[in-house]
Amino acid sequence: MLAYMLRRLGETILVLVAVSFICFMIFQYLGDPVMAVIGYEHSTPEIVARAREQLGLDRPFYVQYASFIGRALRGDLGRSYVHIRPVGDVIIERIPATLELVTVSIVITAALGLLLGMYTAVRPRNFLSKSILTTSILGISTPTFLIGLLLILVFAVELNWLPSSGRGTTKTLGMWRTGLLTIDGLRHLVLPALALSFYQFALTVRLVRAEMLEVLSKDYIRTAQSKGLARHKVVIKHGLRNAALPAITILGLQFGEMLGFSIVTETVFQWPGLGRLLISSIYSSDNPVIVVYIMFIAVVIAVVNLVVDLAYSLLDPRIVYS
Amino acid sequence: MQISRIAYLLRKLAGNPSALVGACILLVVLFSALLAPWVAPTNPYDLTTISLRNSLLPPLWHEGGKLPFLLGTDEQGRDILSLIIYGLRTSLLVSLGVVSMAGLLGGLLGLLSGYYEGRIGGFIMRVADLAYAFPAILIAILLSGLADSRGIGPVVLAISAIYWVRYARTIRSKVLGEKVIEYVQAARAIGASDARILSRHLVPNCLPPLLVLAAVDIAVVIMLEATLSFLGVGVPLTEPSLGQVIYMGKGFIQAGKWWLVVFPGGALIALVIAINLVADWLRLELSPRVMLS
Repeated sequence: MLAYMLRRLGETILVLVAVSFICFMIFQYLGDPVMAVIGYEHSTPEIVARAREQLGLDRPFYVQYASFIGRALRGDLGRSYVHIRPVGDVIIERIPATLELVTVSIVITAALGLLLGMYTAVRPRNFLSKSILTTSILGISTPTFLIGLLLILVFAVELNWLPSSGRGTTKTLGMWRTGLLTIDGLRHLVLPALALSFYQFALTVRLVRAEMLEVLSKDYIRTAQSKGLARHKVVIKHGLRNAALPAITILGLQFGEMLGFSIVTETVFQWPGLGRLLISSIYSSDNPVIVVYIMFIAVVIAVVNLVVDLAYSLLDPRIVYS
Repeated sequence: MQISRIAYLLRKLAGNPSALVGACILLVVLFSALLAPWVAPTNPYDLTTISLRNSLLPPLWHEGGKLPFLLGTDEQGRDILSLIIYGLRTSLLVSLGVVSMAGLLGGLLGLLSGYYEGRIGGFIMRVADLAYAFPAILIAILLSGLADSRGIGPVVLAISAIYWVRYARTIRSKVLGEKVIEYVQAARAIGASDARILSRHLVPNCLPPLLVLAAVDIAVVIMLEATLSFLGVGVPLTEPSLGQVIYMGKGFIQAGKWWLVVFPGGALIALVIAINLVADWLRLELSPRVMLS
C-alpha cells in the first residue's frame, strides 16, 4: 500500500513537471505580457526593453523555466503582471469561493444522481421515472451558461426570490473566507450550485440508471430475490454496491469537469473565484497566474484521482493495490 | 453501407417517435442553416441594413413589436430570428469540422496504435490519457483564448486538439479486442496484407462505435462552441454565433428583455436535444446485440 502511494506521488510530480513545461512552452509563443503590463500608450522601444529585462523575459526560455521551477520549490510562484503581487496570494484568496461552489455542486450531483438514477432503474415504467429521464435529456442538452442565465431569469428577475451575483456575506475562518455559514451566503450559493450541477446531474442519472439496469439483470440478483430477501435489501445491498464502483469513477471525473465548468458558472454569476480570475488573466495575458492556476487544477485532479482509487479498494475488497 | 441497409434504418427511424421528432428538427435546422441568406428575414451581419432605430424591439406579439422582426431585435437593432439562423450555421460548421477532423485523426491513430502496438503509438496514447484527465473545457478555453482569432478555424482546431483523444481511445480499445478474434487471424492465415486486414476487416467493425461517438460529439461540440463564444474566447465578433448573441443578451435580462436570451438559448437547446435523440436511437440501432437479432 505504501509503495503504491509513493509510486502515485512520483507519477503526480512527473505530471506536474510535464504540465508546467507545456504551459511554459505555449506561453513562449502566445501573447506578449510586456504590453499588458506597461500598457500600449507608453510603449516606446526603450521602455519595452527595460520592462522585459525587469520581468526577466529577455532570458532564454530554458533559463526562465528552470528559475520558475527552482523558485516554485521554495514556495515562490512568481508575481502577477497585473495584480503586482505574488501569484500564490492571488490564487489562494480565490480558492475558497471556487472549492465551496464545486464541492456543494458535486454533493448535489452525487446525492440526487445516485438516488434518482437508482429509482429510474428499479421502477422503469413509472411516471416519475419517465419525467426524471425527460429532465435528464434536457439536462445533457443545455449548456451550463445557458441554464445559469435561465435560472437568473426565472428566480432572480421574474420571481425575485434569490440573488444572482456575488457571494453575499462571508465569514473569515483563519485563511478561509466561507459563504457557507451565513444565510445570505447560502442564498447566494443556491443558483450557481444548481446551474453547475444540472448537466453533471443529468449525466449521472443516465449512467447510474444504465449501470443499475445491467446489475439488476445479473444472476446473483435473481438468487437474492428467490431466497426471499426484501426488495429494498436486494436493490441496496446487492444492486447499489455493485453499481457504485463505476459511479464513483464517474464522480471523480466529474469533479475535474466541474472545476472546468466553474469558469463558466463564475462568469455568469460574477462569483469571485478562480474561474473568473482565469478569464480575466487570459484577457490580460497575465501568464504567471494562468500557469499557477493550471498547476493548481492538476494537483486537485491528481488528489481526487487518488481518493477515487482508495475508495475503490474500500468498496470492493477484491481490489488490492501493491 | 448498401441501399437496403439505409432503407432499413429509415424504416426503423419511422418507428421511433422521439428519434423521428429529433430527425425532423435536425432537417429544419440543416435546411435553414444551409440556405441562411435566403431563409433569414434580414442579414444581421450586413451593417448597411441594420438601424439603431430598431434597437431592442420586443417580439412581434408584444406591445411595440414590429415587422419583420418576428422575435424582436437586439441592442444594435439586429433581427433575433436572423441572428439565430446565422448562428446555427456556425454551430453546425464548427461541430462538423471538429467531428470530422478529430474523428479522422483520432480514429486513424487509434487504429494504427491498436493494430501495431508500437512504441510511438503507445507513447502518444499515454500523453492522450494524461490530457484526458484534464477538464476539456479548460483546455479549450486556454487554446482558443490564447490563439489569434480569425474566422472559425482556430476554434475548430482548439476543440479538435482535445477531442481526437476520445476517438483514439475508443478505436484503439476496439481494435485491441477485435484483432485477436478468429476472423482477423483467418484473414492473416490466407495471406492478407496488413493494409487489407485494416481496411477490409477492422475499419468496418470499428465504424459503429465511431459513428455513435461522433453523433454524441456533435451535440457536445455545439455546446462547447457556444460556451467559448459566450466567454469571449470562441469565434471572433465578426462571425455569427449563438453564444455571443446570448452574451450580449445577458446584460439586458435584469431589464426584462428576456427575448435576447430565451430565443437564441431555446434554439440552441432544441438543436442539441434533437441531435441527442437521434444519437440515442443510433446507439441502440448500431449496438452489436441489436444487429445480430
